[in-house]
Amino acid sequence: MSIEPLVKATEVSKRFHVQGKVLRAVERVSFELHPGKTLGVVGESGSGKSTLGRVVLKLLEADGGSVTFEGTDLSKVPRKTLRQMRRHMQMVFQDPMASLNPRMTVFDAIEDGLKIHGIGKSAAERRMRVEEVLERVGLPRSAGVAYPHELSGGQLQRVGIARALALRPKFVVLDEPVSALDVSIQAQVIQLLRELRDEMQLAYMFISHNLAVVEYLSDEVLVLYLGEVVEQAPVEELFAKPSHPYTQALMRSVLKVPTSPDEVQDLTPISGEIPSPFAPPPGCPFHPRCPVAQEVCRQKKPEIREISPGHRVSCHLA
Amino acid sequence: MADALLTVENLAVEFQRNRDRIYAVNGVSFSIAPGEALGIVGESGSGKSVTLLSVLGLIAENGRITSGSAVFQGRDLLKLRRRELEEIRGRDIGMIFQNPMTSLNPVMRVGDQIMEVMLTHHVASPKEAYRRTIELLEEMGIPEPEVRFRNYPHEFSGGMRQRIMIAIAIACNPQLLIADEPTTALDVTVQMQILSLLRDLRQTKGMAVALITHDFGVAANFCDRLIVMYAGSVVEVASRAEFIRRPMHPYTLALKESIIEVGHRHREVRAIPGMAPVLTSPPNFCAFADRCPFAIDRCRNERPQLRSFGNGHGVACHRAEEVLELVH
Repeated sequence: MSIEPLVKATEVSKRFHVQGKVLRAVERVSFELHPGKTLGVVGESGSGKSTLGRVVLKLLEADGGSVTFEGTDLSKVPRKTLRQMRRHMQMVFQDPMASLNPRMTVFDAIEDGLKIHGIGKSAAERRMRVEEVLERVGLPRSAGVAYPHELSGGQLQRVGIARALALRPKFVVLDEPVSALDVSIQAQVIQLLRELRDEMQLAYMFISHNLAVVEYLSDEVLVLYLGEVVEQAPVEELFAKPSHPYTQALMRSVLKVPTSPDEVQDLTPISGEIPSPFAPPPGCPFHPRCPVAQEVCRQKKPEIREISPGHRVSCHLA
Repeated sequence: MADALLTVENLAVEFQRNRDRIYAVNGVSFSIAPGEALGIVGESGSGKSVTLLSVLGLIAENGRITSGSAVFQGRDLLKLRRRELEEIRGRDIGMIFQNPMTSLNPVMRVGDQIMEVMLTHHVASPKEAYRRTIELLEEMGIPEPEVRFRNYPHEFSGGMRQRIMIAIAIACNPQLLIADEPTTALDVTVQMQILSLLRDLRQTKGMAVALITHDFGVAANFCDRLIVMYAGSVVEVASRAEFIRRPMHPYTLALKESIIEVGHRHREVRAIPGMAPVLTSPPNFCAFADRCPFAIDRCRNERPQLRSFGNGHGVACHRAEEVLELVH
């Protein structure tokens, strides 16, 4: 695409040093994200997906590579400028109860963000803006005076979204925003997120372990395993032709409601568990669990390569 | 059913919360046959966990069973003394829960925790219990069982901890395993491992499983029969095949429609508007009426009873016939 991406990550890496050991949480991840588009990030616990979200927002400092927002390299902006930029880069967390101050009303929590960023000249103007956004996320005006513990999980997640959106951001990282919600409520929130994105031309980084919601919302998807991208492709391509054995295993693990009684899904699991990120296996990180692994996979780490336009896979055999 | 392993009838449970009385379970009846896998499906607050926990005498202190019976092998569990119930729990009925970390003792070696249940219930001598523990760890697919016997819970991954919970639950060869959201906290590939392990255990030991879950996909793939609960009532009961072929209750239909599955990208999500009620009075009405597109006045004034539609398919809806005609 010729237009400048809103967010661009180039070979971003993040390592943690824990008790003298190095944990490679994110290894050389690259992507481009345009307004109105969604990048889905899929992976299991410990895959580095949440760390990636935080590094992209510079809530964590990257150890390698760069992240640019509207062409500005985040590692090079002074702290003060970064604070100003933050209103355009927001985050929604999995557990809204944990990310809201229990002693602040919903109204105050949302208004707080506006005050911090100096949005709205008067209290009246801010009030209008808060009420507008509450209504937009489907909360009654009366929810403003409620404290977090008085709301249901679904309502709280709407508050989390409202708080992020009140600042009229351009980019939102959504970290498992529906995982803690009931199925019927999940659908409501996903629908809301899609509408808001299309209406406000928001760019999302949508982090989830749930392949179905990722497929539903994303334009491009990254599949992470032990901090590395094993596959990256436009969403339709990825679901039509998953090419990494790990992506394939993930897709087989999704249990669907059968459409006919004769449809019996194979419950055969892939073997083994995700290895410790402190001691990733040599060669391809997935080889100990891979059903088609060969000698080369044990010896040599595969480089990510393009197998069709925009479809990148890190597998010797793909 | 004369040959049922567990028959729950007309169970009602209330909770006292501040000044409110919450009607959590409202006249629930169902049974589990030996060797059967029964799925109990519902969202938070539907009463699915409370139903089974109260049968086992495990509800919180502010809860009270107000009516019903739960006959297990000829004895009403609700009438047993605490001591008698403790004998049955863990020996004849095993249990696993969503978060194994909160169920395991963090300062006790896992092997000792598995042995403990056998020793408590006097089903094995210490020597036999040790041998059996090693066997169990092996069966659970835990490598190097002699070494792992001596590890503590924090030294295991989430999936491994759930396997240890299962080992404890089945150590005394129970006829019934109650699994309350056993895979909800696990990654999908690990969920698959646990479900296939549970399926193998059913096949080799003929153990019945009551699987409490919010996940239709899990229930429909694992269970022989399903119960759908809403606001403390069973709204539908059906065999797996009936459930897939012709779900009938408007709530079941709406819930199935609201699930986002792979392949739904170009479909509108059909979310259920509103949310499930918390009942502070006994339901003399259909609790789903406010969210139901089929609701009529009668639904708000009269509680629908579970009615049979053949093949063991029961539905608690005044308009089941019309719904059936409209939808199928």
